[in-house]
Amino acid sequence: MRHRSLFIITTAVTAGALTLSACGSRDDSDGGSSGGGDTTVVIGLDAPLSGDLSALGQGIKNSADLAIKNANKNKEVPGVTFKLEALDDVAQAATGQQNATKFVGNDKVLGVVGPLNSSVGQSMQAVFESAGLVVVSPATTNPSLTQGQAWESGTKKRDFKTYFRTATTDAVQGPFAAQYMYNKKKLKKVYVIDDKKTYGAGLAATFTKEFKKLGGTVVGTDHINPEDKDFAAVASKVAAQKADFVYYGGEYPAGGPLASQIKNAGAKIPTVGGDALFSAEYINLAKKNAEGDLASSVGAPLETLDTAKKFIADYEAAGYKDAYEAYGGYAYDSTWAVIQAIKAVVEKNDGKLPANKEARGQVVEAMQNVSFDGVSGKVGFDEFGDTTNKQLSLYEVKNGKHVAVEVGEFKG
Amino acid sequence: MNDLPQQLANGLLLGALYGLIAIGYTMVYGIVQLINFAHGEIFMIGGFGALTAFLILPSGTSLFVALPVMILMAMACSVLVAMGAERFAYRPLRGAPRLAPLITAIGLSIALQQAIWAFYPNAKKARPFPEFEGGRIDLGAFTIGRGDLFLLAAAPICMIALGVFVSKTRTGRAMQATSQDPDTAKLMGINTDRIIVTAFAIGAAFAAIAAVAHGLRYGNVDFRMGFIAGLKAFTAAVLGGIGNIYGAMIGGLVLGVAEAMATAYIENIPGMSQLGGGAWKDVWAFVLLILVLLLRPQGLLGQRVADRA
Repeated sequence: MRHRSLFIITTAVTAGALTLSACGSRDDSDGGSSGGGDTTVVIGLDAPLSGDLSALGQGIKNSADLAIKNANKNKEVPGVTFKLEALDDVAQAATGQQNATKFVGNDKVLGVVGPLNSSVGQSMQAVFESAGLVVVSPATTNPSLTQGQAWESGTKKRDFKTYFRTATTDAVQGPFAAQYMYNKKKLKKVYVIDDKKTYGAGLAATFTKEFKKLGGTVVGTDHINPEDKDFAAVASKVAAQKADFVYYGGEYPAGGPLASQIKNAGAKIPTVGGDALFSAEYINLAKKNAEGDLASSVGAPLETLDTAKKFIADYEAAGYKDAYEAYGGYAYDSTWAVIQAIKAVVEKNDGKLPANKEARGQVVEAMQNVSFDGVSGKVGFDEFGDTTNKQLSLYEVKNGKHVAVEVGEFKG
Repeated sequence: MNDLPQQLANGLLLGALYGLIAIGYTMVYGIVQLINFAHGEIFMIGGFGALTAFLILPSGTSLFVALPVMILMAMACSVLVAMGAERFAYRPLRGAPRLAPLITAIGLSIALQQAIWAFYPNAKKARPFPEFEGGRIDLGAFTIGRGDLFLLAAAPICMIALGVFVSKTRTGRAMQATSQDPDTAKLMGINTDRIIVTAFAIGAAFAAIAAVAHGLRYGNVDFRMGFIAGLKAFTAAVLGGIGNIYGAMIGGLVLGVAEAMATAYIENIPGMSQLGGGAWKDVWAFVLLILVLLLRPQGLLGQRVADRA
């Protein structure tokens, strides 16, 4: 009987663990809303809804939900009711790929919004491409996703015609920060650190290239494991090198503690990074040490755009638990772009949605010509599926808040 | 190399933290030959216990006043969970093949992690932990954080207290006896069940202190912080010679210093520039572990023991 009880306990513990981990995905897949309509179209959403990056992911999910609610309320596409199906990718490429397969397998899904991470996007692209299902990312910024692996050498090639994004790429985000730090802040010596992920390493590389071109010096480079907690050794290295500032290619869960530990190591210098540091969570993690740190982000600050005021008001009125964060506006625009593409397809087919296979192909075609005034400004896509809106902003942490210090377009 | 003293300090502080957690692995292994992989999560729960204590105290309470309460609460949470784990997850499996409790430990580790994730408010991301006001303390060649003073004091105090407890008290001697031969110890009138629970509880209390030190040092606690810390502490315990309480601390310090040195200097060695830096420190830590195990399989301070049937 000994073995029996052993077996039962092991099973119980494992089952318990599995049930608990499943809770997350269950309570996150509410979304969607009811409304009158003949056809139901599902818009898929993939983002990290749990884990370190969930602050950004929840903002994306809520904003997409808001877009869908508005579309249903205004009967944006006559005869069609939209429904959101949100899946959690935990910021992991493998999970994202499973989610993509799930969306592709569901006949009702005509478009997907997401993901957040470039590495996840990379793993999903082929799945969507093979099914001809359109995907619009509000946040992935690695250039190779749309322009091919050889984009840096100038030979741009679009491998996935179903992949679109409303966020600009790191090809401009890194250099934008480099120009600001060199020309406006007059800081000439940088220590570059990245987390070796698709997004972080790519961003650090584009930053470094531009900063060197301007005449700046890279006094040291290092890589960290984003799961680590202790960056004291790296921080002491930075302090010993007497750099003017640190550029970090990576995300806020490691970026916040890293910046904080660098200041603790005695280097009173700012840490600068990309849009994945542009989060209130960054300040929560680095606390007072976040002061003076900078983050670039795609687009103009939402608060300054007329088009965004309604979004912000709607978002507050909807009473979501989490903030819309860095990508909320883009997630709304991405979702709206999917809705507009479906609308164009319905209009083209005399008010009816064609059968699944055909509809998906037509949505991809329609997406290429989508154009509207979105939350983040003018929304439209170029020949690579990248946004035609090339606005960028730089934010500095002042009194515990990100404040825009520079808004503009990158000029190479 | 002018930052060598600073890097040594970084490594020793990190190592002391590993060492405190490693005590729990080593004591439990020494007595029941079980690698308690849920120990990292017991450490994590201590961190959340301390955070809870801070949150329920009236806001504005000085950290000096709050800290004792936080330590007690952290210990209470960790010890309670560890004793519960022993009673309900490990004791029913005592005598079963060794693989069974190991699997249970891994399952328990996931369950505890997910429990905090699911039920602790806002624990889906890192939660800020209170920190001491004021800057770093300059000690000439290097500086340390104010929060690190706690770790600096706690590690030696804990070690000495444990050493005295094990060698001088009745329970401590009973522990040694149980670790040598549980069956004979039982025949001698030692309540081995009680001794085993005590070993779990002491390990958990040390992990709780480590968790408070972790929070003060890094400024946040996170539902996954036990995983990597637990793995490193387990490595430290093996490095020092698993089953040996001083070995756990020595192993921790060696591991911490090795990580700091690997981060700071390996890339300066000609031809090694690609293999240094923060991303490679774990690789070097494990290379060190493998080397020690190859040359001295019982670990730095471990004794060669015949495998018990």
